[in-house]
This record gives sequence, C-alpha cells and structure tokens, in this order.
Amino acid sequence: MIEFIRQFFLDLYEVAPRWNFIFFHDPTQWERVVEGFWVTLQLSVACVIFSVLIGIVGAWAQGSPNRILRSVVQGYIQFFRNTPPFVQLLFFYFALGQFTPTYSPDGWLEVPIISNVGWAIISLSFFAGAFNVEIFRSGIEAVPGSTREAAEALGFSRLQTYIYIVFPLAFRVSLPALNNNLVNLVKTTTQALAIAVPELLYQFVGIWNDYPSAMYPSLTMVFVIYIGLVGILVFSMHRWEKAMRIPGYGQ
Amino acid sequence: MKKVLALSAAMLMASASIATAAQCTNDTWKKVMSRGKMVVGVKADYKPWGFRDESGNLVGMEIDMAKAAADAMGVEVELVPVQSSNRMQFLEQGKIDLMIATMSDRPDRRKIVGIVQPNYYTSGTNVMSPKALGLTKWEDLRDKPVCGKQGAFYNKIVTERYGAKVIAFTGNAEAKQALRDKKCIAWVYDDSSIGSDLSSGNWDDFEMPLSSEDDNPWGLAVPLAEKDCVFGNFMSGLSYNWLQNGQLIEWEKKWGIKATSFLADKKERFKDWLDK
Repeated sequence: MIEFIRQFFLDLYEVAPRWNFIFFHDPTQWERVVEGFWVTLQLSVACVIFSVLIGIVGAWAQGSPNRILRSVVQGYIQFFRNTPPFVQLLFFYFALGQFTPTYSPDGWLEVPIISNVGWAIISLSFFAGAFNVEIFRSGIEAVPGSTREAAEALGFSRLQTYIYIVFPLAFRVSLPALNNNLVNLVKTTTQALAIAVPELLYQFVGIWNDYPSAMYPSLTMVFVIYIGLVGILVFSMHRWEKAMRIPGYGQ
Repeated sequence: MKKVLALSAAMLMASASIATAAQCTNDTWKKVMSRGKMVVGVKADYKPWGFRDESGNLVGMEIDMAKAAADAMGVEVELVPVQSSNRMQFLEQGKIDLMIATMSDRPDRRKIVGIVQPNYYTSGTNVMSPKALGLTKWEDLRDKPVCGKQGAFYNKIVTERYGAKVIAFTGNAEAKQALRDKKCIAWVYDDSSIGSDLSSGNWDDFEMPLSSEDDNPWGLAVPLAEKDCVFGNFMSGLSYNWLQNGQLIEWEKKWGIKATSFLADKKERFKDWLDK
C-alpha cells in the first residue's frame, strides 16, 4: 500500500512537475513533515493548557479587592492583547532572550536555558491568555450576583466561592468564546516560524525552498493538516460543552 | 490502474505543464513591448547586488543589469523587490517579466522558471564565524547550531553533508542577529555576500574561515514558456554579450565586488577570435 502511494505520487510528478508531493515519496522529507507535526502539536497542547490556566488565574485576580493586583492584570491584558503576536515572538526571543541565563558548551555559544520553542510557548500562551482572561471575565459577570451572595451567606470565602461556585458556572458560559480563541491559538503557532521554531510551516517552507516544485503540494498539505488539527480541537470542545451542560440552567 | 489514476489526477492539476508544451506565443515579449515597460524582480536586501541606497532607491549590480536589459529593448524599467522564497512564483504568475535576483541555477528550479543560459555569475557556500572559535574545516559544524536563511539551497547540503543543525530564519537580519547573540556558531551563506559584509567593517571579530563549496552559477530567468522563444533568446544573447565584452566585470568593479575567476574565464572563453 505504501509503495503504491509512493509510486502514485512519483507518477504524478512525472506528468505534472508542478505537483511534486515530495513528502509522499521521499522518506527524508516525510520525516521533516512528521517532525514539524510533532512540534506543532506540542506547541498547541502546551499553549492551550497554559493560556487557559493564565485565563483562570487572571480572571480571578481581576475581581480581586486588591487594586494593585487588578491593575497588574489590566496592564498585562493591554500589553499582550494589543500587540501583534509576531512582534511578541521576536521581542521575547531576541530582546528578552538576552537576559535569561545561558550556558556555554564551547566557550562561544551561549545556549539560553529557554530555547526558541520555550519562548514560543511562553509568548503564545501569554498572548492567548490575555484574551482568555477577558473571556472568563465575561463568563464570571454572567453569574448572577445573588448566586454569589448565597455562597457568601453559606460561609464560603472569596476564593472558595470562585473555585466551587462562580468558576464552574462561568466556565460553561465562556466555552464558545474560549473555543474561538483556542482555535486561533493553534493557528497562531505557525508564527513561531519567525524565531525558527521547527513547526509545521517552518518544515514546509524548508521543503518548498529545497524543492520549488513542491510548493503547491506543501501549501495544500498545510491546509489539510490545520483543518484536521483544528477540527479535532473544535470537535472535542463541542463534546465538552455538551457534557457540561446543566439541565435547566441558562435555558 | 496506477497509470490511469496518475493521469487523471495529473489532468486535473496540470494546467501549468500544458502551457509549457504550447508553441511560442511570446506573450511576455509582446506585453513588455506594447506597454513600453519591463517589470523586473530584483533583490532589495542583498548588498551589493540589489539593495536600497540612503534615499531608498534600489541600486546594485543586478539593478544595473535590469536597466541595461530594458534599455536594450528600448523600454522603461520597473523594479519589484522579491524574496528568495517567492521570486519564482512572482515570475510564474506574471507579476514580473524578468527575474535577476541572485538565483542559483538548480535543476529543480529549471522546471519552474526559464533560467537563461549562459549564467552570469557564480557564488559558493561558506560561513561567517567568530574568529574566537577558529573553525578550520566544514566538519567543525557537525551537531552545532548554524544560522541560515530560509530559501537557501545549501541549508539542506550542510545539514546532510556535515550534520550541522541549521536554524533557518525568515531574513538575513534575524540570522545575523542570532549569530551576534551567540545563538549559533556560524552563519551559512553565499561567500560573495559574506565577503562584502566582512569588508563593511561591522564584523571585525568575524571571519570566513572555510573553503567555499558548491560553487553554483547564477541565472536570470524569464517565464518558462518564453525560455526558447523571443524573450528567452534575447536575454540569452544579452547575457552572452555581457560576458563576452566584459560588461559584467565592469559592473563587478563598480560595485566593489571581489573579482571572480568565473567572469574572467568566461571572457577568455568567449574571446573574439579575430582579436589578437
């Protein structure tokens, strides 16, 4: 079967030199695609998890009685939401990268503790996290004040109210918007190309630079893979949304 | 069965290859002549072949070539800056009529664009690395991070041949910054370009320590369908003349490029047999 696929795309290349699906008949290029896919997957999963955590903590801090904490969160949102992720990546990697500790294996190289993949995860998580804070805020504001008061009357502290009452309700309301933002996040991982993170697009750009005839097939593959990746995310988020529905609540 | 499948799939997608099989229509030539202007794709970030001077104008050796080509056709010239990673598509899609953009003449590229013979220049692969490291041979790059630029064909070669870990950035500026930041031990690029960087005085702590490899001629390109037609033949003749009469050597001097034996050899080979 594999040999059949290989031969098919080789034949295709013979008749249509512009459609060289090289990664289907050259093992080295296939490895590049697989490698890129894994990096993209790691980036996506790590960024989704961290950005959601940032969103949860940030939304809680936003409602804090402490004014300083509130303004810190506000500053964070303004900074990360209002600047392009592309610029953030470059800034984090090149500018901040100067100040992180490094080690030197050979006397010249200064290998930073945080690699470019690390910076991409940090930068993209903070970027999407800023949106998530606002998304969760909208959910929290949708929880009726009386519910919160009822929790207080039962003797819950602010943190307990947040964890056990407000957040579980708010989370359900936030899910559709969160869904949107996470889809965006997965797509934004392609911008890590700017700091040479070997993710999917980086590998495909490399492939079509090495083999100009593979440009259209590479772009096609990129589309297909992202449709698949985002599709899986959207599907599971929808399932989750359904599973979390409380009968009678909000209907 | 295999053949049928391949053929049917190919027929769906092979519009480009059908165009190349057609007779000479000379579309590009006619288009250039009728509008009195030739659109040429050139580099804007590759000193001294194509770059912006202080007032923002595109200048350089290849810009001179573009202007000379337009002059020879008696038309005006419009310069369009292109990148290594998109220049072939610009030409293929008719956004430019001619491409003179430091492009190495590679077999796979000839299938996409009409690379005109004879080649007009050449460059090899080398690295810029800190003097402090004292690299002496290509093998020193093995398993070490080496900065590069996306779109360069030798990224693949140094990876496969010497096991270097190429970190390819979108632009030269990022790649060179990463070298300065000590994120890699060397920057792999064209020897001619590294040479002009080193002589700029901004890279005093760096050197070009290896012997250049994969000397690869550069070609200017016309749309593939025009290669064996009027436009391609015209540019072929022009390239030949530039090599034969030493025009390229003069441009090389004008732009302060280190003289290459390639141009001298070509001039010698194409020498007029009546000249004694």
